[in-house]
Amino acid sequence: MNFDDLFGHFGQHTVDGLSKGAIYALIALGYTLVYGVLRLINFAHSEVFMVGTFAVLGLWTAFGVENNPPIGQAILFLVLGLIVAAIASGGTALAIERIAYRPLRRKNAPPLIFLITAIGVSLVLVEVFGLLLPRLLGGAVPSMFSRERIILGMPTILEQKTVIEIAGIEINNIQLIVFVSVLAMMAALDWFINRTRYGRGVRAVAQNPETAALMGVNQERVIMLIFVLGGIMAGAAALLWSMRFGITQSSIGFVLGLKAFTAAVLGGIGNLRGALVGGLFLGLVEVYGATLFSSEWEDVIAFVVLVVVLMFRPTGLLGESLGRARA
Amino acid sequence: MIDKIRSLDRRRVGALGGIGERWRALPKWQRRLAGVALIVFVYCLPWLGKLPGNLVVPGLNNLRTDSIDGGSNWAGVLFTCAVYVLVAVGLNVVIGLAGLLDLGYIGFFAIGAYSVGLFGSVNSPVVKWFQREFDLPQTWAVTWAICAMLALVLTLISGVLLGWPTLRLRGDYLAIVTLGFGEIIRIVARNSESLTNGPQGISAIPGPEGPPSTDNQLFGLVDVKPWYWLAITVVVVMVFAVRRLEHSRVGRAWLAVREDEDAAAVMGVYPFKFKLWAFAIGAALGGLAGMLFASRYAFIDPTQFNVNLSILFVAMVVVGGSGNMVGVSLGAVLLAYLPERFREIADYRWLAFGLAMVLVMILRPQGLIPSRRRTRELKDRAAEAEEAPAHV
Amino acid sequence: MSDETTTTAAPKIPAQPGPRRSLLEIDNVTLRFGGVVALDGISFEIHEGEILGLIGPNGAGKTTCFNVMTGVYKPTSGAVRFGGEQVTGRKPHQISRMGISRTFQNIRLFPEMSALENVIVGTDSRHKTSVPGALFRVPRKRPKPEELPEVTATSGLARTWQQLRRSFAGTFGLSRHVLEERAAEAKAMELLRFVGIADRANDAARNLPYGYQRRLEIARALGTEPKLICLDEPAAGFNPAEKEELLELIRKIRDMGVTVLLIEHDMRLVMGVTDRIVVLEFGRKIAEGAPAEVSRDPRVVAAYLGESTDAA
Repeated sequence: MNFDDLFGHFGQHTVDGLSKGAIYALIALGYTLVYGVLRLINFAHSEVFMVGTFAVLGLWTAFGVENNPPIGQAILFLVLGLIVAAIASGGTALAIERIAYRPLRRKNAPPLIFLITAIGVSLVLVEVFGLLLPRLLGGAVPSMFSRERIILGMPTILEQKTVIEIAGIEINNIQLIVFVSVLAMMAALDWFINRTRYGRGVRAVAQNPETAALMGVNQERVIMLIFVLGGIMAGAAALLWSMRFGITQSSIGFVLGLKAFTAAVLGGIGNLRGALVGGLFLGLVEVYGATLFSSEWEDVIAFVVLVVVLMFRPTGLLGESLGRARA
Repeated sequence: MIDKIRSLDRRRVGALGGIGERWRALPKWQRRLAGVALIVFVYCLPWLGKLPGNLVVPGLNNLRTDSIDGGSNWAGVLFTCAVYVLVAVGLNVVIGLAGLLDLGYIGFFAIGAYSVGLFGSVNSPVVKWFQREFDLPQTWAVTWAICAMLALVLTLISGVLLGWPTLRLRGDYLAIVTLGFGEIIRIVARNSESLTNGPQGISAIPGPEGPPSTDNQLFGLVDVKPWYWLAITVVVVMVFAVRRLEHSRVGRAWLAVREDEDAAAVMGVYPFKFKLWAFAIGAALGGLAGMLFASRYAFIDPTQFNVNLSILFVAMVVVGGSGNMVGVSLGAVLLAYLPERFREIADYRWLAFGLAMVLVMILRPQGLIPSRRRTRELKDRAAEAEEAPAHV
Repeated sequence: MSDETTTTAAPKIPAQPGPRRSLLEIDNVTLRFGGVVALDGISFEIHEGEILGLIGPNGAGKTTCFNVMTGVYKPTSGAVRFGGEQVTGRKPHQISRMGISRTFQNIRLFPEMSALENVIVGTDSRHKTSVPGALFRVPRKRPKPEELPEVTATSGLARTWQQLRRSFAGTFGLSRHVLEERAAEAKAMELLRFVGIADRANDAARNLPYGYQRRLEIARALGTEPKLICLDEPAAGFNPAEKEELLELIRKIRDMGVTVLLIEHDMRLVMGVTDRIVVLEFGRKIAEGAPAEVSRDPRVVAAYLGESTDAA
């Protein structure tokens, strides 16, 4: 147990943890949105994120982005990456909804069936990107699909530089971008759900689908909307991830998805602000825990947090509600 | 396209349903006789198409996995099938009977495998610690039979330990928590080198005749037939045991909880208690399967207990028909056998499993051979949906 | 245990023939969901051997009251006592074993199990076969002569086999599982006959006609050997002839020695069968007494009768 390191650099670990948790929070939004409206754990959401990272990688590869491009180019490719990842992830999420969930909803299938389907979809996506595409496109796009199930490196689009230093705590440019963009995305989503006409529809269906239908809310459209929104958030997370860690893999979604789900539950699944709180909290716990024990145990810590939260406060820190929890 | 599949499926179900009805109409003794014949047939499977004395039966021989180039040892594949059937029967108690989605079943499989590895192998840190502390000879290790018991007991206990805090949760939360559990077990096995040898794994895991060596008469590494017979014997005993539970007060309580937990509680069933039992029994069967697996290969390491296997196990149960032991066994055999026999598709097996899960859930959520009860439940939900389209 | 109700708000209680022991006491129960008060200081008693009607307009809190009694909800304050023992705070299965059973307004059978099995689940609550017991089935109970396996075959191997089984059971005894299973089946059949649906015993509950499902719920509840059975709108959706049959059944249940609490919407049904009536409105008790008296109470007429006698 390394208390010296933890307390000696407490501020630095906090910043690291928060920047890590911010990405969890963005992915967690996808779980929360879908859960808030459909009471369904979209298990395949982790793969929505994975597809986003591949889209970013594909874009950067296609334009031949090199390490440390000039700042103008870097900004251009980050913005383009965001757009492409959002389209890819949003599209994937929508496709999953249409192809897999919609027929089940029509049949009024029990939750277990949804969950099993989601697992199947997740497996299919992992295998498509890990195996099928390398087999089909291995020759055409060697930089992305040369071998099966490999870890793929991405160009470093921004070099890590300390931009702010307060009392010995260093915040680098990448962390800063992550913070700012996550807060901006959250604020935008919050505004969208709470202030716009579409958002009102979402909240209405979340609170009471029958009444919402009677009031003329098009339920199918709301469901499509939340899947797309969750996908866009996952796409943004994919871009930030690519910028910060610069690697991806077909199986990258599994552990990240589990953690993002933990974050969602931690904050109160179905609650948008809860996703942010849960993500940040989980990031902190992980970094503190990894410092205290060893980074090998990081995933175990996240899982233990999940079990403890579910046992003692299953509604999460802020409570379940996309509007209000349904009984 | 989908409609066409559906109509074909309906016709097939009609035919199968007819067989099922006729089967149930037979007198008890005839059904028993057929059961015994089936068991005998299963025991004779290693000779399928290739009788002792190398007598090859042309048509049947093609079913064997060693009939293709570079095919696996037929008895070895049968052994894998038998272990998977054991897993499916165990997981069926949890998913099919009690209605709990357990995505961490590989964790129990791993605990079973590690129980026999850690206590039975002279190379394990645990056995070495015993040798040091109690001045035992270098060759000392716990006997296989006791290891097998230990595997059963330890997995039973771990099932209770995992179930105790988590079974009060809603079904979907339970699924995620168990998924995490399966992953944790693997990480612990990998990271605790002082306990499990970490990534190097544990070798020289004993079988019924003791540690692996060329002197072993029956349970060697070359001839897998005795291993298969051992596994299938365990399967038969366990199927019999689960059937006894299914057709008793316990099985009724499981079904009642699966169908309506609140109503079951009001009728005097304590849902938590029976869910915990289902979980623990499922865990014990998974552990037993892991124990057989570890003994047969004499070597285990953490990479063998990948989380994907948990999902494969769930696929076996739901594709086969959860709630029905014949169905889940068929699912297990298909998923273990097909990639071995048709090597061309072996690489794509995970893709195929994923697709199979999605397609079965959308087109035929009861599975290939559904339990009679479950079929009706799902059909009626569809009927309800038609009546009240406004519901989510 | 007191012989009188503890409330004073209700109209005068008619003289009952002989002293009545109270079976269930609802003592000042209040239940809040968030800001909504679902039950507001409800108090009444159910006497042993009577049929008590609990009525009120929709949303008056009848079913909520019911759910408090059977442990589905915990009251915010107040207590429920059954035969002097606290019900509040116990789990539903424990309450069931104390001797309170119920049916559901929206039928909640185990749809995939046969009618017989549904009732057996009820009778199982009095059984003691454990999980290891069901697994190993160790013969350890000495059966009475009538419990031994019967020899029915007239000749051949089958007869020899049955004789062997009989003498084995005579020597070594039978397992608790076997004995309980047989008793449960006999009892469940008897209950199905009692409610009049024995002809469909082996059909899945799902496939039974609506009226059968309602009766099956009653049989299943009786299977738990209750002292008090609570029927939640058992006549919903019935035609007059069926309602008449149901009334007959309710009387038969009372004559078996089981106290009945009847929640009903249909005023005429309640009038015809109950000994006493408690009226709820907006979570409060507004009247209590004999049917004839309650139906004359102006508050009841205003709150309830005026609006729904036609509808029912």
